[in-house]
Order: sequence, then C-alpha cells, then structure tokens
Amino acid sequence: MLSQIAYALPFLAEGFALTLWVSLLVVVLSLFAGVILGVGLVYGPAPLRWAVRIFSDTIRGIPILVLIFFVYYGLPAVGVHLQSFWAAVLALTLFKTAQVVEYLRGAVASIPKGQSEAAMAIGLTFRQRLAYVIFPQAFRRFLPPWINGVTDAVKGSALVSLLGITDLMQAINQVIGRTYEAMPLYILGALLYFAVNYALSYASRRLEQRFAFIRE
Amino acid sequence: MGYTLNFNLIWRHFDKLSGGLLLSLELALISIAIGIAIGLVLAVWYVSAGRIVRGVIAAYVEFIRNVPLILLVYLVFYGLPTVIDIAYSAQTSFVATLALYSGAYLVEVFRSGLEAVPRGQIDAGKAIGLTPWQRLLHVRLPTMMRITLPALSNTFISLFKDTSVASVISVPELTYGAQWINFNTFRIVEVYLVVTAMYLVTGYALLFALRLVERWYRTAR
Repeated sequence: MLSQIAYALPFLAEGFALTLWVSLLVVVLSLFAGVILGVGLVYGPAPLRWAVRIFSDTIRGIPILVLIFFVYYGLPAVGVHLQSFWAAVLALTLFKTAQVVEYLRGAVASIPKGQSEAAMAIGLTFRQRLAYVIFPQAFRRFLPPWINGVTDAVKGSALVSLLGITDLMQAINQVIGRTYEAMPLYILGALLYFAVNYALSYASRRLEQRFAFIRE
Repeated sequence: MGYTLNFNLIWRHFDKLSGGLLLSLELALISIAIGIAIGLVLAVWYVSAGRIVRGVIAAYVEFIRNVPLILLVYLVFYGLPTVIDIAYSAQTSFVATLALYSGAYLVEVFRSGLEAVPRGQIDAGKAIGLTPWQRLLHVRLPTMMRITLPALSNTFISLFKDTSVASVISVPELTYGAQWINFNTFRIVEVYLVVTAMYLVTGYALLFALRLVERWYRTAR
C-alpha cells in the first residue's frame, strides 16, 4: 500500500502545484479587480455604486459551485470558448473579487471621516487623499481579513476538480481510482490543504496582532 | 452568439429544481441542528476544560476549517466505509459531514460568545445562589445566544449554499437538479439563471427572516 502511494507521489505533487497555481492566479487577479471595484463602490458615481453592489451581492449569494458550473458550461453556450483551466480561474476570481470588494469597503469605512475632511482642508486632491491618507490607514484593516480569505481561494479551488482539471483533489481521486486506497489518500490530501491554509490563517492572526495598536 | 433564451424545458423539469431546493433547505436545517448541538457542547466544555481537551477541540476546529468541504464529503462518503464497517446513503453521509463541518465553525462562534458574557452577570448569578449548572442554563447561555445570533444566521445561510456540494455524491439537491437539466436539455444558460435566482431569493429571504428574529430577540427583554 505504501509503495503504491509512494509511486503516485510525483503525480500528487503535480496536482498540488496546480492547486497552488490556480489559487495564486485567483488571489492576484481578484486583488486587482476587487480593489478597483471596491474604490468604485465607495467613491464612484451612483450608477457604478449600484452596479458593484449588485455584482457583489449576487456573487456572494450563490454557491461557488453554481458559479463555476455557470461559467464553465454557460460561456461556450453564448459563444465564448475558454479552456477549462481559465474558465475555472475566471469563476473563482469572480467569487474572490466580490469578497475583496467587501474587505476594501469595510476597511475604508473604518477610517474616521475626520481624516478625509482634514486632508481636504489642507488642499489634497482626491488621489492624494487616497494615496497618502486613506489607503495607508485602511491597508492595516484590509490585510488580516484578506490573508485569512486567501484560504477560501485555496479551498474553493478544490471544486475545479469537477471540471476535469487535475488539481490536488482530482489527482487524489485518480490515484484512488487506481489503487483503491481511499482513506490514506484522502487524509494525505487533507493534510496538504491543511498545511497551506493553516499557514495562511496563522500569518493573518500574527499580522492582526502586529497591527492591533491602531485599534481604539 | 446567436443564443436564444428558451425557458420552456426548464419549466417542464421544474420539479427537479423545486424538489432540489426543498432538499437543500432540509439538508442545511438538519445539519445546523446537529452542528449547534456539537458546537454548544464543545464550546461549553472548551471554556472550562484543561489544556489537553482544549487542544483536542482546537485541533478538530482547525482541521475542519482548513480543509475544503468537497474533500471532507468524499472522505466521509468514499473513505470512511473502507476502514470502518459502516454503510450509509449519500444523503446521510452528507448530513453527517455538513454537521461536523458546521459544528467546527459554531464551536468558535459559541466560544467567543461565552467569553463575551459580562463577568458581572456571572458574579450576580453566584450572588443569588445559583449553582454552576443554573448559571450556565439561565445566565450564560441566554446571554451568549443573544450575542451569537447574527453569526448563527450567517452560518446557516452559508450552510444552505454549501449544500450545493452534495451534488458531487449525487444527492438530488438544487445544484444536482441544475446539472441534470443542463446535461439532459442543454438549456444551460437558462437553467443556471433560474437556479441562481432560486439561491438568491431563498438566501436573502432567509437572511431577512433571521434578521427579524434577531431584532425581536433583542427587544423582547
């Protein structure tokens, strides 16, 4: 049994690498999209605010799995052909972007209004106010939940196995299909996911402690 | 492009979706009921326990929270029966998984709720001569419930969405119904539009109802 699993290790490692790669792409892309949309939600004109609000509430209101199937099966139906890998990344990015929007909104809302009023009073432009006053402070509130939320991207990425993408989850299922060693492999997989996510939530807790002094 | 929306086939098979939605709600409801029991017992135990018990409970919580739900679903349905002599339906297996899953999140919710009960209330309970059990039952738990109710509603709604994962072991809930219609009628965009609307309406209706319950509970005393 052990030799069979040892034989499968390189295959599992490839799957694990793909899981990390998908998660990384999703985290980076959603960070950009989420921050831009989040600024739109807080400072944009009313129609933009409404659009972002509807986007965020819709995406957060449906299961990730439905979102993944919708994007994967729905896009080709309307003539958009993406590789399953990119369809999966797109769906997970949409899901994660909605989260980032909310983290950003929360972080900016937590900065006292007096700060931007004072910045206005000394004649800073809108961009200067964001860059020198609001963002440096909001960043501290944004970072811990955001890092903690990265675990959602890693966990969510396990669902892409259902699209036939050989991530860690799919690699495990395939090895089980050959070796019938279900339990040891599921536990191995669980430990790998655990290691990544626990490290991330640990980092987020440490950061939160470090930034705690700003709390009233 | 050139895709024309046609909902006729969706309505013809709507029983797959309506039945699926009811099953999703049922799965979420049974799971959270068991999850609340797990969470309450472990949280009360945790706050009064020694280091070893705390370590074990924390290990359970951290393990569940850091592993994808789909892996836990596979592990319980396909993995466990290979090592212990046990047989269950996909539905039972999923409820067990989701209950353990929600239990882990609720331990954290209840634990922080218990710790947020003001010290003065417990002292007051002691002062009027309540036993530790009475203090727990009549002082700490009611106050904790009021503090944790919003987090509890949020957990329930996210569990409702998590029931979609049951489709991977062919439990005929809402997402499974969507997949069935997807593969059998190819009205892909329509079925996911309808299912998205069903999840959204149900989810937000639940949220609205639970917020009313919270408001009522806050002002009742």
